[in-house]
Amino acid sequence: MPVILATDLIIFFVVGIVVYFIFAGRKEGYTRNAWLQIRKNRLAMVCMSILVLYGSVAVLDSIRFRDPLRTDTGTVVRAADGKKIYSPQALSLLDRLLWNMRANTEKTFSAPLASRLYVKESMELPDGTMVRDYQPLEYPGKHLLGTDKVGSDVLFSAIKGVRTGVVIGTGTTVIIIPFAIFFGVMAGFFGGRIDDIIQYIYTTLASIPAVLLIVAFMLIFGAEGYQGGLVRDRDLYQGFFVPNDRLFWLCIIMGITSWTDLCRIIRGETLKLRELEYVQAAKAFGVAKMKIIYRHIVPNVMHLVLITMVLQFSGLVLAEAILSYIGIGVGPEMGSWGNMINTARLELSREPVVWWSLIGAFVFMFGLVLPANIFGDAVRDALEPRLRVR
Amino acid sequence: MLTYIIRRVLYAIPIILGVNILTALLFFYVNTPDDMARQIIGEKNITPEAIENWKRDHGYNLPLLLNTEEEGLSVVTQTIFFQRSAPLLWLDFGRSDRKNADINNEIRKRMWPSLAIALPIFLIGIFVNLTFAMLVAFFRGTYLDLWGVILCVVMMSVSTLFYIIGGQYVFGRVLKLFPISGYDVGVHAAKFVVLPVVIGIITAVGSGVRFYRTVFLEEIGKDYIRTARAKGLSETKVLFKHGLKNAMIPILTSVVVSIPFLFYGSLLMENFFAVPGLGSFTIEAIQAQDFAIVRSMVYLGSILYIVGLILTDISYTLVDPRIRLE
Repeated sequence: MPVILATDLIIFFVVGIVVYFIFAGRKEGYTRNAWLQIRKNRLAMVCMSILVLYGSVAVLDSIRFRDPLRTDTGTVVRAADGKKIYSPQALSLLDRLLWNMRANTEKTFSAPLASRLYVKESMELPDGTMVRDYQPLEYPGKHLLGTDKVGSDVLFSAIKGVRTGVVIGTGTTVIIIPFAIFFGVMAGFFGGRIDDIIQYIYTTLASIPAVLLIVAFMLIFGAEGYQGGLVRDRDLYQGFFVPNDRLFWLCIIMGITSWTDLCRIIRGETLKLRELEYVQAAKAFGVAKMKIIYRHIVPNVMHLVLITMVLQFSGLVLAEAILSYIGIGVGPEMGSWGNMINTARLELSREPVVWWSLIGAFVFMFGLVLPANIFGDAVRDALEPRLRVR
Repeated sequence: MLTYIIRRVLYAIPIILGVNILTALLFFYVNTPDDMARQIIGEKNITPEAIENWKRDHGYNLPLLLNTEEEGLSVVTQTIFFQRSAPLLWLDFGRSDRKNADINNEIRKRMWPSLAIALPIFLIGIFVNLTFAMLVAFFRGTYLDLWGVILCVVMMSVSTLFYIIGGQYVFGRVLKLFPISGYDVGVHAAKFVVLPVVIGIITAVGSGVRFYRTVFLEEIGKDYIRTARAKGLSETKVLFKHGLKNAMIPILTSVVVSIPFLFYGSLLMENFFAVPGLGSFTIEAIQAQDFAIVRSMVYLGSILYIVGLILTDISYTLVDPRIRLE
């Protein structure tokens, strides 16, 4: 039984856009040249491969379905009317691929690749005496990054954080693209009163410090809904779709706060394009305004959209961790690096120190953000060298 | 000049009004006083009377925008919007929902610890960023430049949380140079302030240096710099006297753009270092779901940003006489 979250749709949509850009861009000279330039940059290509790797993990973690409940003997449990009863837990392809990692849990903390627990516990020796000692692990040497307080594998939690990071980094921009293009082009092309109103809207929105707007929004909208973990019946629409996903709300509100930048850039570019000869010529020929916008303006601001998307990515991933730390990010059940850091930082005050879950989360985040930064710069340099001042 | 400033201030009024209406919409219309009462009273003891009592005690028992039961001006004044939202315009924040504390009083009290952290980060931060950026720009094209930029990108890619947690652990716990967290009044606050300030500066150094470097390089490529070199000025003089002066405009813009981020940064810093400032005030309010405080802080933050914008515009005219005061 498939389960589709609102944020899964974002992931599929982003994959669609990437595929579209690859196919559409191959024909056009401008994007082809940009691509050839990026391809010459070996560092950018390495970064791109890492990003693709992270992206595939996110996609694998976004295709999920629920298994029917089974008895111990393996027969499917059926309700009175003969329908199968499904488990409330929706496991993704990634969960199934990494089944061992997910299922091999210990009792509590254990250091990376350790063979014994990290804390002493009472245990009974074969001759009946009680001693306090480090107990042997059930799966010694199998936990590359050790285990956390409840004994689950840290490497697995870090991998589960990938999807959240990628969704926030891409989804936020994807959601706002249509609005930013619409308002930006309108303001730039028509000018006058329309321009004033649109500028007023985005100046007002931009005046509110982003983090506070996000806080206000999440307090009001994000409290209810799917937090990750178990799927409840009331979350489901038509039996398989989860529209009210807390992560989705987070994307929307972060989109509203970052929308103004893109809108301003597009408005500025449209102002310039409006005066170009071919647009003037189209006007003189009496082509309808909407047609001019659709044919001449929008295609010529698309590269700015792409650049903004790539450049905003890393900042958004970093912001997600901070918001989850403050307690207004994704729900505690959803794997995210911010949640990991939040729980792990209290473990730093233990004696001896438990450092691996903290380092695990940071390394995974760094491994996504650094390539994104380098690749983003390469894309910007190839598509629009003028924007270099940033 | 005076007329320019007045016009600039008048220009801000509709924006402040817009922010006010937007926050009122979010906090009173989308999330009605009934919802608020329910969240604050708690799921257990909800009765219609309890909700009504709470609304009356906190002044939420009026209609939202228009009170049709009243006459004359009171139609507008006896409403939630006028009583709770309009006073924000003259910076009267009212009382908090939970403890019924005077928010203005709290803000006055908590302002100073916040400033003690945010201002040094801001000012020393700009100085440090500019110094390193000019150093890197001075040695442009060399290995120092290359590795400097690489270091910047790497530093940008590390989470702020890492700097804070790592800094607290290394300097506070292992080396025991500074107290890990806390605050004190007067001069004694100094030892608590150093660590957050240092970490705050390190957090921003990567993106800052990289940005200012591009600004300088852009400026260095211009014609007047070539002229300055051609007439035999030393490279230091060209860079520091001519380059820096002309790079001031983009620098000023970026400085103001970073003002709202001061708030963002201090939110985290104050929470981690247990500084009793506005940031921790906000976070406590978020966790207690005190909407009156959150609304006040949203509003205050916007006002600061708008004031910052006006100040930049004015300072533009000071550094660049070419900008006309239209």
